[in-house]
Amino acid sequence: MQWNSLGEFLDMGGYAFHVWSSFGLTALVVLIETLSLRAQRKATLRNLRNERLSEASSS
Amino acid sequence: MNIRDIHWFKFASPQNFYTLAGRMWPWFAAVATLLAAVGLWISFFVAPVDAQQGQAYRIIFVHVPASQMAMFIYIVMAGWAGFGLAFNTRLSGMMASALAPTGALFAFLSLVTGAVWGKPMWGTWWVWDARLTSTLILLFLYLGFLALQSSIDDPRRADKACAVLALVGSVNVPIIYFSVKWWNTLHQGASVTMTKSAMASTMLAGMLIMLLTFWMYAIAVALVRVRNIILERERHTEWVKHAVE
Repeated sequence: MQWNSLGEFLDMGGYAFHVWSSFGLTALVVLIETLSLRAQRKATLRNLRNERLSEASSS
Repeated sequence: MNIRDIHWFKFASPQNFYTLAGRMWPWFAAVATLLAAVGLWISFFVAPVDAQQGQAYRIIFVHVPASQMAMFIYIVMAGWAGFGLAFNTRLSGMMASALAPTGALFAFLSLVTGAVWGKPMWGTWWVWDARLTSTLILLFLYLGFLALQSSIDDPRRADKACAVLALVGSVNVPIIYFSVKWWNTLHQGASVTMTKSAMASTMLAGMLIMLLTFWMYAIAVALVRVRNIILERERHTEWVKHAVE
C-alpha cells in the first residue's frame, strides 16, 4: 500500500489536478462513447421499426 | 474434411457477422471491466512512487496505453480498409468505419493526458516536438477519415475514398513510433523495449494490464458500433426487416 491516509491518496503528492484530470477524462470518454453507442442503437432500431410499420400500412 | 468445405468467408457476410459480433462483444466488455479493476488497483496501490517524477508519473498508466491504441487502431483500420479495397468485401469498410471514432478518441486522450503530464514535468502544455506533432497529425487523419465518410452519401463510394486516405495516412504511424529515435527532441525515448525495461516491474505490469484493458474495450466498442453500422446500411434487406420486428 502506497498511502497513509485518504487525504494523501487524493492529494497525489501535490499532483492531484494532473493525475485525477487524466484518469477522469479517460473515464468520461469511455462513458460518453458507450452511452452514445447505446443511444445510437436504440435510435436505429426505432427508425427501422417505424419504416417497417409505414411500409406495412401503405401496402 | 476437404479444406474447400470450410466457408472461409462465412463471417464476411454482414448478416452472419452481425450475429457473431452480438455474441462476442459482451465477453470483451466483461474482460475489459475485470482488467480495468486490476489495472487501476496496480496503478494506484501497488506501483511505487517514481523517484524523479513523484506521483505525477501515474498518468502514464492511461497515457501510454492510449497512445499505443491510437497507433494500433489506425493500422488495423487501414488494414481493413485496404482489404476492402482489394477484395471488394462490404464488411471491411464497415469495420474500418467502426474503428475510426475509437481511434480518434484514443489519439485525443493521448494528446490531452500528455499535455497534463508535460505541464509539471516539462513546464509547458505543448511543444512542437516530433512525437507530439506526429500524434496530432494522427488525430487529424482520424478526423479527416470521419469527415470524408460522412460527406459522401453512397457508403460504398465513401468506403473506397476513405480506404485510400487511411492507407496513405498509415505512413504516419511508423513516423510516430520512431520519432523519438530519429529526432532528438523533448519527448523521452521508449522506457520499455523487447529486451529491457527501465521501470519497476509492478509499474510495467500496471501499464501492460491497462494496455490489455484498452484492447478489450476497443474490440467491444468496435463490435457494438459495427452492428449499428450493419443495421443502418443493410436496412433494405429482408433479414434486417425481420431482425427488428
